[in-house]
Amino acid sequence: MDKIRVVIAKPGLDGHDRGAKVIARALRDAGMEVIYTGLRQTPEQIVAAALQEDADVIGLSILSGAHNHICPRVMELLKEQRLDDVLVVVGGIIPDVDIPKLQAMGITGIFLPGSPMQEIVDFITGHARRHAERV
Amino acid sequence: MKSTTAEMPKARWEREVLEPALKQAPEREIPFTTISGRPIERLYTEEDLAGLEYAHDLNHPGEYPYTRGIHPAGYRGRLWTMRQFAGFGTPEETNERYKQLLAAGGTGLSVAFDLPTLMGRDPDHDLSLGEVGKCGVSIASLADMERLFDGISLADITTSMTINSPASMIFAMYLVVAEKQGADWQRLSGTIQNDILKEFIAQKEYIYPPRPSMRLITDVFAFCAKEVPRWNTISVSGYHIREAGATALQELAFTLRDGLEYIQYGIDAGLDVDAFAPRISFFFNAHSDFFEEIAKYRAARKLWAEAMRDHFGARDARSWKLRFHTQTAGVSLTAQQPYNNVVRTALQALAAVLGGTQSLHTNSLDEALALPTAEAATLALRTQQIIAHESGVTNLVDPLGGSYFLERLTLDMEQGAKDYFATIDRMGGMVEAVDQGYPQREIAESSYRFQQAVEARDKIVVGVNDYVVDAESPVPTLYIDETTAERQIARLGELKRARDNGRVTRALDALRRAAAGTDNTMPLLLECARAYATVGEMCDALRDVWGEYEEVPSI
Repeated sequence: MDKIRVVIAKPGLDGHDRGAKVIARALRDAGMEVIYTGLRQTPEQIVAAALQEDADVIGLSILSGAHNHICPRVMELLKEQRLDDVLVVVGGIIPDVDIPKLQAMGITGIFLPGSPMQEIVDFITGHARRHAERV
Repeated sequence: MKSTTAEMPKARWEREVLEPALKQAPEREIPFTTISGRPIERLYTEEDLAGLEYAHDLNHPGEYPYTRGIHPAGYRGRLWTMRQFAGFGTPEETNERYKQLLAAGGTGLSVAFDLPTLMGRDPDHDLSLGEVGKCGVSIASLADMERLFDGISLADITTSMTINSPASMIFAMYLVVAEKQGADWQRLSGTIQNDILKEFIAQKEYIYPPRPSMRLITDVFAFCAKEVPRWNTISVSGYHIREAGATALQELAFTLRDGLEYIQYGIDAGLDVDAFAPRISFFFNAHSDFFEEIAKYRAARKLWAEAMRDHFGARDARSWKLRFHTQTAGVSLTAQQPYNNVVRTALQALAAVLGGTQSLHTNSLDEALALPTAEAATLALRTQQIIAHESGVTNLVDPLGGSYFLERLTLDMEQGAKDYFATIDRMGGMVEAVDQGYPQREIAESSYRFQQAVEARDKIVVGVNDYVVDAESPVPTLYIDETTAERQIARLGELKRARDNGRVTRALDALRRAAAGTDNTMPLLLECARAYATVGEMCDALRDVWGEYEEVPSI
C-alpha cells in the first residue's frame, strides 16, 4: 500500500513551530510521507497544497486562538474542491468550549498539549483514506 | 582549601564504600541526565574542580568576571523586579490588569502584544483575522497606547515591552505618550525586546530580512545613547530559543553569541562600544532542571564579561556586567493536572533567584490552556513574594557558590558555549549562521530528542506520562471572544477619519526615504507616531523599501 501523505501546516500569524516540526518528524519516522508548508499559510494555501500534493491528511498546528476562524474556512474549501475525504486533524491550544464546534464541522482528531506522538500516529493510521482504496 | 577529601580520592570511595553499597541496593535503572540530556555523575568533589582558580573563574560578587553576581550585596540591597508579563483584548482591559498588578505589589509592567501588532499588521488586515487581542493586547496606533497607559505615570514605573520587528514603532509611541504626560526622556526607564536574531532562530516573528532588521536595532542604540540614556535598548533573549526546544547549553550559547553580534553591528555602525553596551540586557528561561539553570546564568555573566573586556575592549565596567530578566518555562507547563504547574514554577523561579536574576516573571498555572485569569496571575506573583520574603535565600549573595557540582557545571557550560561560538564564528557570524539555518536545525534536533525521551519514559513528566489521572477537574480559564476585534477595527476606522491624513502621508514618505538612505529611522518614526500613523502603516512603509523575509520550510 502507498504511504499516507500528510500536509502539516501552520496557519495564522503565529510562528511557534516546535509542535508542528516535532509532529512532522514523528509522522515521517512512522513511515508517512510528510509535506511541511512552513509558516503563515492561509486556508487557501493549505488546501491548495493538499490538492497539489494529493494529501490524505491535513494537520493544522494552531496555538494562537485563531482556530475558530481558520478551521471552518479550511473545511469549507475542502468541500469546494471535493476533497471531503481528506482527514483534518488539529493540534495546539484549543479551549474546551471550542472542541464541540470543531467536531461538528468534522474535525475529530483534536490533540491538546501533552498528547503522545504515538496517539497521533495511531489516529491518523486508523482514520486516513488510503490510495489503494481510491477509484 | 585543604580538606580531608584531598586525601580521600573519589576512586577509593567508589571502591570501598560505593561498590559494596550498590551490591546491597543498586541504583535505579534510568539515565541520570539533566533535562537537556547532559550526563551527571553521582558525586562531585574537590577533584572535579582541579584547575579552577577562584579569582579568575569566580571572584567575589560585584567583581570581574561577575560569575557570583553583578551586585556586591545581591538582594540584600534591592530585590529583583517582579515583572509580570500581561496583555490581552483591548487596551482598556489590559490597563485594568496593570493597575491590579501594581496594586498587588508588582514593581514593573511588562506588555504582551497580540500577533497582529507583533507582525506589524493592523486589526483590519486579512491576516489579522481571528488573532486580534488573543495572545496579547491589540495596539494599532498612539491612541491605543494612550489608552493602555491611562492613569499610569511613565516617569514613575519601568515598562518592558515584548516587541521585536516593530520594536522601534512601538517604542516611538511609548516615547510620545511619555512626552504628553510631561515625563523627561532622559529619566525614562524600561526595556524593549528588540531582538530580531532570536526571531529568525526560534520565535519566527520576523518581517524584514536580517540586515535591514539589524539596522533598525542599531538605529535604536544610537538614538537612545543620546535621547533616552536609561532605556534598555534590547533584551537579548534566550527564552524563546529554549521554548522552541533548545537545550540549556544551546540557549546560553546562541543567546550570548547573538549579544556579541549586536555589539559588532553597533561598532560597525560607528558607535563607541561603551556608549551603547551598558544598555544591552538579556532575557533567559528558567526551566525545570534546577542546577543546570543556575549554572547557565553564572556562566553567562562570565562569558559576557570576558568577551566585552577582552574581545571588544570595553573599558566601562557597566559594559562588562550582564543584567538579565528571567521567565519560568512556559513549555514545562502541562495542561494535565494544572495545579502541578504552581510547584514547577516555584522551583524554576527559585533557580532564577539563586542565579541572580535582575527581574522575574512567574507563569500562571493555567497557561498551558489559555492566557491567565487574574487569580492565577496573582498566585504567580505571590510565588515570587514567598521566595523573596520567606525562603531565606535573599539573605546572602550567591548561596550556592563553591558547590562542587554547581561550579563544575558552570565551567562545563562555559566551555560548551565557547565551542558553539567557534562553530558560529567559522560560519562568519550569527547572521550568516541564521542564513544557513544552523541554530534552527540544532534546536529542532534537540526538541525532537526530548520528545522521544518523554515518549520512551526516559524522562517523566508528572501527570503526562506518569501519575496520570483519568478524570480531571477543569480549572477556570480566560476566554477572549471576537468583540475585541470588532471594537479595534471600528476604532481604527474612526481614527483614520479624524486624524490629519496629509501629515500621516508626509511622515510615512519621510520614513521611506530614511529607510532607503542611512539617516536614523527613530526621529522619523516619532513623527509618524505623533501623526497617529498606525503600526501597520509604518511597517508597510518599510516593507516597501526592504521587502519581507521568508523562511525556507524544513523539518
